[in-house]
Amino acid sequence: MKDRSVPVGMNFVAILMLVGDRLKYVALVAGLAFATLLITQQASILVGMADQTGAFIRDTGQADLWVMDPEVEFSEDGKALQDTALFRVRGVEGVEWAVPIYKNWLKAQLPDGRKLNMIVVGIDDATLVGGPAVMVEGRLEDLRADKAVFIDARDADTKLLLTRGRFADDPQPLRVGDRLSVNDFELRVAGTMKLSRSFFWDPVVYTTYSRALTFAPPERRLMSFVLVKIKSGSDPHAVARAVTEATGLQALTGPQFEKLTMTYILEKTGILVNFGLAVGMGFVIGLLVAAQTLYAFTLDNLKQYGALKAMGAGNGTLVRMMMVQVLIVALLGYGLGLGITVLMGKIIQATDLAFLMTWHIPVVGGVALVAICLLAGAASIAKVLRLEPAIVFKS
Amino acid sequence: MTSIMNEHPQAARIHETAGRGLAIHCSGVTKGFTAGGNTIRALRGIDLDVRLGELAMLVGPSGCGKTTLISVVAGILDRDEGECRVFGQDFATMSARQKTRFRGQTVGFVFQQFNLLPALTAAQNVAVPLLINGVAHAAAIKAAKEMLDRVGLGERTESLPKQLSGGQQQRVAIARAMVHRPRLIVCDEPTSALDHETGHTVMRLLKNVALDEDRALVIVTHDARIFGFADRIFKMDDGRIVDVVRNPSASIGASGGDAHA
Repeated sequence: MKDRSVPVGMNFVAILMLVGDRLKYVALVAGLAFATLLITQQASILVGMADQTGAFIRDTGQADLWVMDPEVEFSEDGKALQDTALFRVRGVEGVEWAVPIYKNWLKAQLPDGRKLNMIVVGIDDATLVGGPAVMVEGRLEDLRADKAVFIDARDADTKLLLTRGRFADDPQPLRVGDRLSVNDFELRVAGTMKLSRSFFWDPVVYTTYSRALTFAPPERRLMSFVLVKIKSGSDPHAVARAVTEATGLQALTGPQFEKLTMTYILEKTGILVNFGLAVGMGFVIGLLVAAQTLYAFTLDNLKQYGALKAMGAGNGTLVRMMMVQVLIVALLGYGLGLGITVLMGKIIQATDLAFLMTWHIPVVGGVALVAICLLAGAASIAKVLRLEPAIVFKS
Repeated sequence: MTSIMNEHPQAARIHETAGRGLAIHCSGVTKGFTAGGNTIRALRGIDLDVRLGELAMLVGPSGCGKTTLISVVAGILDRDEGECRVFGQDFATMSARQKTRFRGQTVGFVFQQFNLLPALTAAQNVAVPLLINGVAHAAAIKAAKEMLDRVGLGERTESLPKQLSGGQQQRVAIARAMVHRPRLIVCDEPTSALDHETGHTVMRLLKNVALDEDRALVIVTHDARIFGFADRIFKMDDGRIVDVVRNPSASIGASGGDAHA
């Protein structure tokens, strides 16, 4: 008789034992799938939200550096800069060009009478640097036309949908040629653009810097940021340090500004804590369901394990059998849960909701599930290890 | 050895086995269990010899130590004192791993409640001892089917335990106990869950198929209907063997393996 220290054929017995108890098998897989779903889905929404906080910065990709007031904490935190800041930045070694950009929340009114807040972005009149990267209708130069603003094409169909007054029976999206007012200044939609989905929910309009200053409140008639392009071959971090030394202003690269914004939003809004709790709940629920079901499964099979022990199955064999069972339900639960998360992500991505599954999330979800399974299986394994094979002789 | 209550020197089988070597030799075996601060003496100095080719039965009232004794003999429980050798091997000198391996290769078990794995077919259940011993799956299943054929279940190899009658399940359990050709087969109340006729069928099977000159059977039972199948009956009480009945089939006046109590 062939002698092996750990008989491989018993893995097959373990699998049959597992799938033979259909109810517990399904409960285990479902519990672990639910845990995976909760962990990966909530994490993906959190990462999606975090990613969306940097949408405006990424959409303004022409700039190598963002120069701002040292007190600025995130991208929408437009603390006004003096006009002189622009010239001082331009004078710093390594700066190729620098242009102003205005960004602020202002009150607006749509053609159907609805009043709402809008994020107004004013870009440099001469160069149109900082403008949208993708135009849906019209050209970027159209922004120079009288009273011209661009709106986001997605906003036009959703947040800017005209639904009141004469539009009550037949809602219409805000179109090119339609008029709206911002701070009682009449403006005209001259084009539509495609912006990245942003964490900040108010509709966005782009206009020129000088026009934005005309209807911005007096106390805010100052630039929000200075966008800087550095000279070819220069180190952006070195130039940023030089700008800060020369002007006393905060100068950040795009990724740095994104990180600053994301950190602020996650910390100040409680999003991180809330989603962290949801992920933690996924872990705990998965652990409880898996541990309870696995333990019940072990108790139900205790005599069988005892019989196997009596018949010569060592502790190593039994532990491996249980690990095979745990591994199978873990893989199935993980695959099912992750699959549902991906499916939900596809659905969510068609909406304005945040969802971004980076490669880290399945990895973290997998590690969490392994931890759940190990913790859940520990009690069952301990029970079987302590099991006296003499149990088989008790009726 | 304890006193002999009933002896039939004419019994041919006793003469057959008397000259053979010992499968089990126990001397002065004690075993106690501690529960709630009290020590219960389950075995109080057991002397037991079982010869190769012999079918020995352990009988006695509940709690007399029968199950403890076969647990010690099968290497499932460690004795406290005394000596106990199975085919010359002393469990006391073995590591836990060696004992497990010895049990897997040398001892076959038939349990009162069959203890078949409900999710496995008859053939898969019978194959388990071979799989434990590292035999490849296909070879184990082939051997299991052959063994099921020997116990008359060649047509039910793919049946699940729940699809079999109690007698058929016990025959599967017997096939499982024999498939890896162990030299000692230990049975715990193998007929108590079976009706009279099925119990006798199972016992005939054990005696005719499981027993040969190089093997020994030890059966714990309360079932007086099957006493006639034994070569010797060891009566136990209060942790001791109090009597040995030799050739019980002759003593109770029944013939062969079909004796009735």
